[in-house]
Amino acid sequence: MMLLIEQLARMKKDIFIQKSNLLTCFVCQNLKNMFPPKSKTKKLVYLDHAATTYVNEQVEKAMKPFMAKIFGNPSSLYELGRIANGELNDCRRQVAEILHALPDNIIFTGGGSESDNLAILGVCRKIGNPSADAQGKKGHIITTQIEHHAVLHPCQQLEKEGFTVTYLEPDSQGFVSPKKVLAAIRPETILISVMSANNEIGTVEPIADIGREILKYRKANNSTLPYFHTDACQAGGVLELDVEKLHVDLMTLNGSKIYGPKGVGLLYKRRGVNIQPLIMGGGQEMGLRSGTENLAGIVGFTKALTIAQENRHEENMRLVDLRNYFFEQIQKNINNIKLNGPCLGNESVRLPNNLNVTFIDVEGEAMLLYLDAYGICCSTGSACTSASLEPSHVLTALGLPYEYAHGSLRFTLGHCNTKVDIDYTMKYLPGIIEKLREMSPVNMGKMKHAKYKK
Amino acid sequence: MEKKVIKTDNLKESVDIRGVDGSGWLYSDIVKDHFFNPRNFMQYGEEEKFKFNGMGRVGSPACGDEMVLWILVEKESEKIIDCRWRTFGCGSAIASTSVLSEMIIENGGMLIEEALKIKPQDILERLGGLPVRKVHCSVLGDKALQGAINDYFRHTGQHSRIVTAGKKIIDKVLNITDNDIEEAVLEGARTLEDLQKKLKVGVGDPEAIPQIEELLKFYFEKYYEV
Repeated sequence: MMLLIEQLARMKKDIFIQKSNLLTCFVCQNLKNMFPPKSKTKKLVYLDHAATTYVNEQVEKAMKPFMAKIFGNPSSLYELGRIANGELNDCRRQVAEILHALPDNIIFTGGGSESDNLAILGVCRKIGNPSADAQGKKGHIITTQIEHHAVLHPCQQLEKEGFTVTYLEPDSQGFVSPKKVLAAIRPETILISVMSANNEIGTVEPIADIGREILKYRKANNSTLPYFHTDACQAGGVLELDVEKLHVDLMTLNGSKIYGPKGVGLLYKRRGVNIQPLIMGGGQEMGLRSGTENLAGIVGFTKALTIAQENRHEENMRLVDLRNYFFEQIQKNINNIKLNGPCLGNESVRLPNNLNVTFIDVEGEAMLLYLDAYGICCSTGSACTSASLEPSHVLTALGLPYEYAHGSLRFTLGHCNTKVDIDYTMKYLPGIIEKLREMSPVNMGKMKHAKYKK
Repeated sequence: MEKKVIKTDNLKESVDIRGVDGSGWLYSDIVKDHFFNPRNFMQYGEEEKFKFNGMGRVGSPACGDEMVLWILVEKESEKIIDCRWRTFGCGSAIASTSVLSEMIIENGGMLIEEALKIKPQDILERLGGLPVRKVHCSVLGDKALQGAINDYFRHTGQHSRIVTAGKKIIDKVLNITDNDIEEAVLEGARTLEDLQKKLKVGVGDPEAIPQIEELLKFYFEKYYEV
């Protein structure tokens, strides 16, 4: 109790000095207004698995020999090189098996962003031409407003190069319907890119249905175009990645979201799809991605993908329960909130680990900094954390007003989280929101204060 | 002047926020202190009791920052003897309002003549600096204070003292004046987009955009065209 009062005294020192005669009254008032006291042992609660993940122990172990022992260049002819090359081919085969693809469909890259860039810039620069000329080259791309910037920015670059791009508007939960995609196809469309699952709101897009519609369109028009690309970075550990069932021609995956190493990913490319490389040099990866292979990374990535796919059903179920428990607790303890994205169902509509909530009347960065003080990591769609001062393009594409986007927090759960983490978070979150609401002049949730004149 | 005491309870670990371009920055200890231990904000239940005779409001939640400042001016001495605030915004917005509230009521209160002279730079200095891109959006305190003092003048019938001289308010929501736009042009803004990045001008008040574009052209020609 002494400690508590001491802390209070420090907090409200200025007011105390002026109103020392009201001291007792202030203490009473402050007791209920104060932030929850910090726990003596600060815990790290990581609730930002969509940003990146830690490396799984088995993955780390699998990678270790390839740091200093099997360090050979897979292109070298001597034994050390041949061993490395053999390992590389094993990885390619294993990954191909998971995707139900052929080993020569797999291009290992330096991560998800590179794979997206390679798919979009590679296809369009190879077979597209903005001015439909005598050879019948084409230049139209379809994508969605809620893609990751690794897809949106290459599309914007292609617009500068003369291509045209249609950015499909999702519905209020983030879904893009196959119908909408089909309606946007033009005779000159060469590429369609739709993400498998959204990183901010967890919406799982109907990729297989979209793929089927595109197939039908191609058949009806006796054409090989448009190609279909999906960015499946967020889905790597959650959804089935069978490229035949999904009807995709190109697919991006990476290691850093599935408990694998950062800086390694892959682009699945169906045989017959031609792309132009972004990086030229020694001709590795079938000439499509030069540069000495990051073998340790590739081994780790392969291991991580294998583990993630093996355990995905149980893990999905565990995470859905945990996430739903978290949301129930938030609903029970904090008023004036809004769930962003689809309903909290199973992994066919929303990623099992994703929770995106707007806390009305408070701003995201402020919440984030307070949570950080208690060791809780999450992220926000607020503008304050971006250089552009614009709130999240995903949340605004859903039709959310700016003030809602500014007050959003994204929690993404993962392997390390248990109910204990959620309970720890809920010990502090209501108090933080309460305090920031008290400090906030905005009152969209409640009636206006009596003293507001304007 | 009272010696600045930095409270260290919550500050053992630094808060590091990075921009998309990879440039890192750190909130100063003073910013963190004011953020984690805000002074003089209007608490729940205080609205009905707190006496004030001037109120200023600036910003809107759509822009990401909004601030309300209530001041109590002692009529005889023209000193601001008490104030309260509420802010919707990021860490630096909350801290800058808190520090402003401390500035205007310390040492028995600031004369309103002095208070009208407070510039964003003064708040920044006292905060120990802020990352550049946070400055325009989060330091709204001086504008809220000017609004509150004008409100006080209005209340007390001193209409002739209401300060608008030399400045014309262009964006009514953020109280951004032609001077702010001139300054932004001098700092390198060339397009409406640049201006909006710096000042958010026109975001909450789109009607002002034609006028903003006109001013942009005017100041650009004034300073840069031969």
